[in-house]
Amino acid sequence: MSAGDMRHAGINLGTTDQETHDQAEPDIFGFWIFLMSDAVIFALLFAVYGTMLGATVGGPTAASAYKIGPTFAETVILLTSSFTFGLGSIAMKHGASNRVLLGWFAATLALGLAFLGLELHDFATMIGDGAVPTRSGFLSSFFALVPLHGVHVLAGCLWLIVMMVQVPIFGRDARVKINLLRLGLFWHFLDIVWIAIFSVVYLQGLIR
Amino acid sequence: MTAPQADPRREKRREIRTYAIGYALALALTGGAFAAVHWPRFPARTTLGLVFGLALVQMIVHLRCFLHVSLRRSSRDDLLLILFSTLIIILMVAGTIVIIANLHGRMM
Repeated sequence: MSAGDMRHAGINLGTTDQETHDQAEPDIFGFWIFLMSDAVIFALLFAVYGTMLGATVGGPTAASAYKIGPTFAETVILLTSSFTFGLGSIAMKHGASNRVLLGWFAATLALGLAFLGLELHDFATMIGDGAVPTRSGFLSSFFALVPLHGVHVLAGCLWLIVMMVQVPIFGRDARVKINLLRLGLFWHFLDIVWIAIFSVVYLQGLIR
Repeated sequence: MTAPQADPRREKRREIRTYAIGYALALALTGGAFAAVHWPRFPARTTLGLVFGLALVQMIVHLRCFLHVSLRRSSRDDLLLILFSTLIIILMVAGTIVIIANLHGRMM
């Protein structure tokens, strides 16, 4: 095996840390299996949402409950957080100082929390307008799908905080590095789920 | 793809470029999809097709640039897993929608 080869998804450490690179492959593959099973859960909630689109029982519809402005802001924030996390992974791989590394992670965490804040504000507005989960099948399926992604982002933020503690305490040993690779995959995966959410849920609902 | 003994510095530049390209493409595709809905120019069905098409392209961009999944991989386990999961997802989602829509049509 050569040093610069690609053995698993995400950033590969072969060029700078061959030992961790050899260890990473089965761990990362196992994490992919988890991500794909998570994708199946989301896909089925999308399918349920699709079948429930018409089930509004005279209550709020997609066009009246969604707003395009905040959704666009949330999307840009989440995309930017993926970019900053990617730069953080590259900094980790190429041995940047802890200050640089933690700086990128802090930026990612701030963007993740900003996303969650905007999303919670959206939900609060919807609920204030009477679009509660118990109102109709359509709203039940909406509140099963979109907040589940929010809970994943929250879990990612907590994991990021744990890693920001682990990096200065344990240093960059193989375990910390592989955890960071996995967190990177998780974070980028959530972005892909969000693409599906803003296209299928928000934009489809807002098309006139 | 990469030379056997890749130069870390060159590789770092290449990786940063990959992320930057991915980010720029993702922003452009997102902007396109939102613009198509915000300033409608086409009939609703065309716009919907456009939004779904852009979403599919953006997912591929993310997989390629952020998750670094490629067709030229020395180990293709990841790719096989993704393709198999995609197959399962298409079967289950399309099956659910077709069956429930059909049932809905019969109940009306």
